[in-house]
Amino acid sequence: MKTPAATPNGDASARPADEEEFELPEPTTMAGRIAEAARGPARKVRNFALVLLAAMIASAPLFYLAGSTAAEGYKALFQGSLGSQYSVGETLVEAIPLFLSGLAVALAFQGGLFNIGVEGQLLVGGLVAGALGTKLNQPAGVHLVICIAGAMVAGALWALIPALLKARRGVHEVITTIMMNYIAFALSRFLVKPDGLLVSQTQPSATELVKPTAELPVILGGTRLHAGLYIAILAGIATWYLLFRTPLGFRIRVVGRNPVAGTFHGFSSSRIIVQTMLISGALGGLAGAVEVLGVFHRYYDAFSPGYGFDAIAVALLGSLNPVGVAVSALFFGILRAGSVALQAVAGVSRDMISVFSALVVAFAAAVPLVDRLLARRKRGPAVVDEGPRVDEPLEDASVE
Amino acid sequence: MRLWSVGFLLSTVNLSMPLVFAAFGGLFSERSGVINIALEGMMLFGAFVGVAVDFWTGSPWLGLLAGVAVGGVLGALHGLFSITVRADQIVSATAINLLALGLTSALIAPIWGAPGVSPSVELIPPVHIPGADHLGAVGRFLQGLTPLDYAGFALVVVTFYVLYRRPSGLRLRACGESPDAAASSGVNVIRTRYVAVIVSGCLAALGGVYLSLGEVGLFQRGMTQGRGFIALAAMIFGKWRPIPVFLACVMLGAADAFQFRAQALGVPIPNELLLALPYIVALIALATFVGRASAPAAIGRPYVKG
Repeated sequence: MKTPAATPNGDASARPADEEEFELPEPTTMAGRIAEAARGPARKVRNFALVLLAAMIASAPLFYLAGSTAAEGYKALFQGSLGSQYSVGETLVEAIPLFLSGLAVALAFQGGLFNIGVEGQLLVGGLVAGALGTKLNQPAGVHLVICIAGAMVAGALWALIPALLKARRGVHEVITTIMMNYIAFALSRFLVKPDGLLVSQTQPSATELVKPTAELPVILGGTRLHAGLYIAILAGIATWYLLFRTPLGFRIRVVGRNPVAGTFHGFSSSRIIVQTMLISGALGGLAGAVEVLGVFHRYYDAFSPGYGFDAIAVALLGSLNPVGVAVSALFFGILRAGSVALQAVAGVSRDMISVFSALVVAFAAAVPLVDRLLARRKRGPAVVDEGPRVDEPLEDASVE
Repeated sequence: MRLWSVGFLLSTVNLSMPLVFAAFGGLFSERSGVINIALEGMMLFGAFVGVAVDFWTGSPWLGLLAGVAVGGVLGALHGLFSITVRADQIVSATAINLLALGLTSALIAPIWGAPGVSPSVELIPPVHIPGADHLGAVGRFLQGLTPLDYAGFALVVVTFYVLYRRPSGLRLRACGESPDAAASSGVNVIRTRYVAVIVSGCLAALGGVYLSLGEVGLFQRGMTQGRGFIALAAMIFGKWRPIPVFLACVMLGAADAFQFRAQALGVPIPNELLLALPYIVALIALATFVGRASAPAAIGRPYVKG
């Protein structure tokens, strides 16, 4: 058994988590290795640049496939996203849901969970925000808070079933969260179908406009940039604080790096799994709420172009750290906002953005390899390369 | 139209077979110790390439071959990531899934001119069994089956035989349970796992080809609709064993068939909610699944020569 951190009498819970005092266990999981490979700002920047560069090079041929050139494609992309005040606003508008859902994925990853269901959590969050926004009559401010809180609860509940199945039954969360996505798609279609429960009188496949009391106001004239930006920043700070400055965050990261280690610290890994997933789902729901209340002012059936899936790339590119996630959300915001121009000017399908994010995920998965190769060169070939260790079987924990 | 009929049986077969191919693909890979969550992407690529080649050549059989070949390439790619690079198998597989969805969607317009959906192409023709017409209901059932359906049934038998009655199957299972022990008795773990993952890719892609060239005769954006994941659920529910996995696929296929029938018959459940039925059934199946002990012991762990 790899000894998890030498923690004095396992009372990590009693004091605030401080990496100086309480060492994290050696990583045995993907999340752990990503966090390890990105220790320190220099490595985070290096990994960010490496993955981005690799993905940009690998996706260049796709522009030619679509009958354009890489130069033309990237030019259209960046002009469409940064060329004017309006387009910068659009970039930020796109970056907000990407950041929030990226946080959701990153937080789950820190806890060793792969929440692929952020798309569904975002949908139900948007739905609840839209429903509460149209149906309730509350004073300004209060109404907004109720809508957002409702959306977060909805997102968390949508993550609850996968969380319980993972914690109790050991069923992999990737499969269950995907199922929940499809159920969310069906539910959404059902509620806003013609003569559906929530459908608008005038707008097909959407709810009515939310009351002005529930809207997130525009904060930059001449753009669509809305107050959701502040919410995103707050959520980012809160997530960072939770992960790196609270006992719960410490436990989340312990379980994420080594599921067995929790036992040594005297807490239940399965409880942490459920809590991590609930918080992650709430962040996903928040992303949906902000999009509905800030951009569209009503719930649309297909309002998300796949933010929940791009979020995986956003989280991995950002090294699972809120600051990194913010930077990569901005980058993906540029891609999403520029994709309109990409399609209009260069004739390249907007779906290329999904290809790009897939490549980012692929290269991010390979980052620990880069470190392994670098380490091998430094140490010389004689050193036996242990390779990554994936989860030790849980039985080892019972030995105590 | 009645709810329970030969038509329902045929529709169950039609909807189960893609799951059978994909789930058995998953079975090969996972019994050798490599998690394959990329089944969905492999299916989607198979469906897409099958239609594209059929479109260019006019031959559904060439389309099938090409689709399966691409599945094999994706399997090899997944193997490269999870066996050689030893990257996280879930994350790299997710990359394949995302890539499949993005790339196949993005290429529809450049190839066929309009986004979203391809034009119709030639379907794989059904086999006509002489004399079956006189067999009544059984005959109607047999006449409705395509060569791919027969291939699916054969796959179940062959997989069972290979996995449990052949030395190669024993070697494959050994790699999934205890790669070190397998290696010490002379099994080439790396090679065995590569073969298993490539077979897995081919089978999953065949499941995709079944959807596109066996049923509808066109390619539609994201047309697999999570069937790769439903197949995974069936594989887990069937505890990684061929016959139970097959039965699980049929159960989930029947849920899907019921959903379509119920819609057509006007059962007072809204269509939109019925669409969620296969996913709900899959979730329930996973919820009732007991014990992690059934998974291959070394699943998801990269093998490092020691």
